[in-house]
Amino acid sequence: MALPTPLQAFSAVPKSPTSQSQPTQGEPMTGAQALVRTLDDLGIMDVFGLPGGAILPVYDALYEEAKFRFVLVRHEQAAGHMAEGYAIATGKVGVCIVTSGPGATNMITAIADANMDSVPMIVITGQVGVNAIGTDAFQEADIVGATYPMVKHSYLVTQAQDIPRVLAEAHYIATTGRPGPVLVDLTKTAQTGMMQYSWPQRLILPGYNPTTQAHGRVIEQAAKLFSTSYRPVLYVGGGAIRSKASAQVQALTKLTNAPVATTLTARGIIPERDEHCLGMLGMHGTIAATGAVQQCDLLVAIGARFDDRVTGSLPDFAPSARVIHIDIDPAEIGKNRAPDVPIVGDVATVLDALIEQIQQDQQTNGAPDIDAWWQQIRAWKQDYPTTYEESPDGSLAPQWVVRELSNRAADDTIWVAGVGQHQMWASQFIDFNRPNSWLSSAGAGTMGYGLPAAIGAAVSAQRDKMDGEREHPVWLIDGDGSFQMTSEELATAFFERTPVKIALLNNSVFGMVRQWQTLFYDKHYSHTNLFDGEVGKADAQAPTFAGAGQPDYTQATDNQEIIDVPDFVKLAEAYGCVGMRAFTKEEAIACINRANEINDRPVLIDFRVWKDAMVWPMVAAGQSNSTVNYRPGIQPLKAHSEHKEG
Amino acid sequence: MPNYPASGPHSHRHTLSVLVENRPGVLARVSGLFARRAFNINSLSVSPTERPDISRITVTADVDDVPLEQIIKQLNKLLHVLKIVELDADNTVDRELVLVKVAATAQTRSDILEIVQTFRVRVVDMHPESLVIEATGSGAKLDSLLSLLGDYGVIELVRSGSVALSRGPKALSEKVVGSEITGR
Repeated sequence: MALPTPLQAFSAVPKSPTSQSQPTQGEPMTGAQALVRTLDDLGIMDVFGLPGGAILPVYDALYEEAKFRFVLVRHEQAAGHMAEGYAIATGKVGVCIVTSGPGATNMITAIADANMDSVPMIVITGQVGVNAIGTDAFQEADIVGATYPMVKHSYLVTQAQDIPRVLAEAHYIATTGRPGPVLVDLTKTAQTGMMQYSWPQRLILPGYNPTTQAHGRVIEQAAKLFSTSYRPVLYVGGGAIRSKASAQVQALTKLTNAPVATTLTARGIIPERDEHCLGMLGMHGTIAATGAVQQCDLLVAIGARFDDRVTGSLPDFAPSARVIHIDIDPAEIGKNRAPDVPIVGDVATVLDALIEQIQQDQQTNGAPDIDAWWQQIRAWKQDYPTTYEESPDGSLAPQWVVRELSNRAADDTIWVAGVGQHQMWASQFIDFNRPNSWLSSAGAGTMGYGLPAAIGAAVSAQRDKMDGEREHPVWLIDGDGSFQMTSEELATAFFERTPVKIALLNNSVFGMVRQWQTLFYDKHYSHTNLFDGEVGKADAQAPTFAGAGQPDYTQATDNQEIIDVPDFVKLAEAYGCVGMRAFTKEEAIACINRANEINDRPVLIDFRVWKDAMVWPMVAAGQSNSTVNYRPGIQPLKAHSEHKEG
Repeated sequence: MPNYPASGPHSHRHTLSVLVENRPGVLARVSGLFARRAFNINSLSVSPTERPDISRITVTADVDDVPLEQIIKQLNKLLHVLKIVELDADNTVDRELVLVKVAATAQTRSDILEIVQTFRVRVVDMHPESLVIEATGSGAKLDSLLSLLGDYGVIELVRSGSVALSRGPKALSEKVVGSEITGR
């Protein structure tokens, strides 16, 4: 074999085919057939995607041979978010198959989103033939190059024979260590070429060895910090969800009596009704959670990464705390905050070991008395509960709607949110009671995530149903702005018979941006008005509610002048879904009850809510969390920190 | 803690040796990571090694210790990266190659050749109006050579970037887990 020149490292395509001896063992088939077979052998049950020229051989193969369910989307980005939603709800990998060029570039947002939130996902994209690569061929895009910064790993497959091994590696990489998206760019050459299929495959990953067990004496050191801490708090992030460590987190809380503050992604890791659960911390966190973290003497970060939306100003974050940081990704340890005890490892495995060590320590030394700490925390909880203001103009308070949805939903509901104010209200006002039942785009903040992720969750619920479970209802809480970014997926939801329930908190504006404009930009509402929910603020007559008292859900909207564009009820109906609209609390309750009864098709409720409702508490971007405003002008933590400085 | 851009005025020179799989696209992943994390590199050179399955990237950069640690950790997350070692300056041989074209007239040529002799470097091309000089050595030696030649007028020059090996009998690739990477 000739030595490759160093310059080869610059090129995405090998200059010469590697002189590999083709195996003679195995079943002969095309690369496309091998891909379908590999997905089946990997145990993939559900795949999302949209066909196109450069991926046609694969779609031809899965027409007859696939055992998995295929969900046809209307836009590739949605396939990615569906795979994410599916992955979070099931705890398994999400898979999507799209074509080259624009099909692949449409996936980039979803890939970035999955990367930020560590969602296990395999994205298979078509690519032009090997000889056309680099020629600006039709629908050619260097998707491997374009996604370098946001994938966990990526492959360009040029030979059919490599397909099973690459897919097996992609699956292993996506689901182990810190999960993430893996891109497999499949040239048409590889799809159409012949190969010899064999299974299982030997993985060749010399540079990939994720650490799962804690090394050295860190467990003992961490346990020792617990034994000398009088104000401990657990700061639990999405890594605990990915590691399926809900039981361990609850056990650790019970054992140490330490309260739990969760990030946005970890909602549900511990039930809200558990006294130890303080809710979400950070920019829109509760006073109890943010306050506990600011004033703790021991901060135990569990699968969390000290994101700026959590920490506010970093130098002022948890200033008097010693830090134990547990994370499977070594690069997260010390990235934003230097820990006193760094523990690299899988959260569930590490917590099992830590709990055992703390139990031993407590048997000999007893547990520290942290009653004073709990008095402070209970005071915060009591004085600064999660509440809201009723709207002054008679429209619905969006928080009331969320509260009502939560109260009236089944316990096993899967909750999904878009991105914006409604997302924060969903996080604040839903009573989460189990992990993997809250889907939200956190790190990337991708508007339009909601509907496709909800469909992915509904597909997972239908899969669970086949396995004998009750089909979990899926409620999507979305905003009128966020929803419109991917509303075309109503068609997917209809044809796939995924009965997602959509609660549109329609305030007729980009609410979160408007809130910032109100607070920080002199109420310059620059391009945040959507004019899709103006009607009915004064007259509370719903156009759809033709009958007296009893709304007629099947009746189309009447011929009155069109003011709100789009008309979400008509939009839902145009896609074969049930559309409803609610202006008053009575209507809202009727709509929610009706939606909870519909299980055969998607339902959308257009809740007309107050446009000036704001998300509180709030820490202004870049400020110390100690300046958190419970309501405008009320800063419960600030007095304490000033007092301390004085 | 976050200290971006990673390279500041008070940073020290560090030399990293990165063993990577000899595969297409590896350099793009590595260099893209440097750019993304605002890590200004001083020089970077790539070449095959004693093992056909492994390439070696030598990076020199002026960087503070904390961001350097973060960069090493991020590099380690790339699956094609097999091993990263920060070479200790006292225990390392590092060399760089420079080709420099200097303007030379009948009057100045002998002076330039004297410098060439003193530095024990070589003339590889001679023209009535110019000389091309090939020099290898440590970065500091080349810097002082170039500053002397600067007086005569440097027409063009190219430097290879630093390559470095640790002293003693050990090889970096010994630390790569597993045998040769085959089967791709």
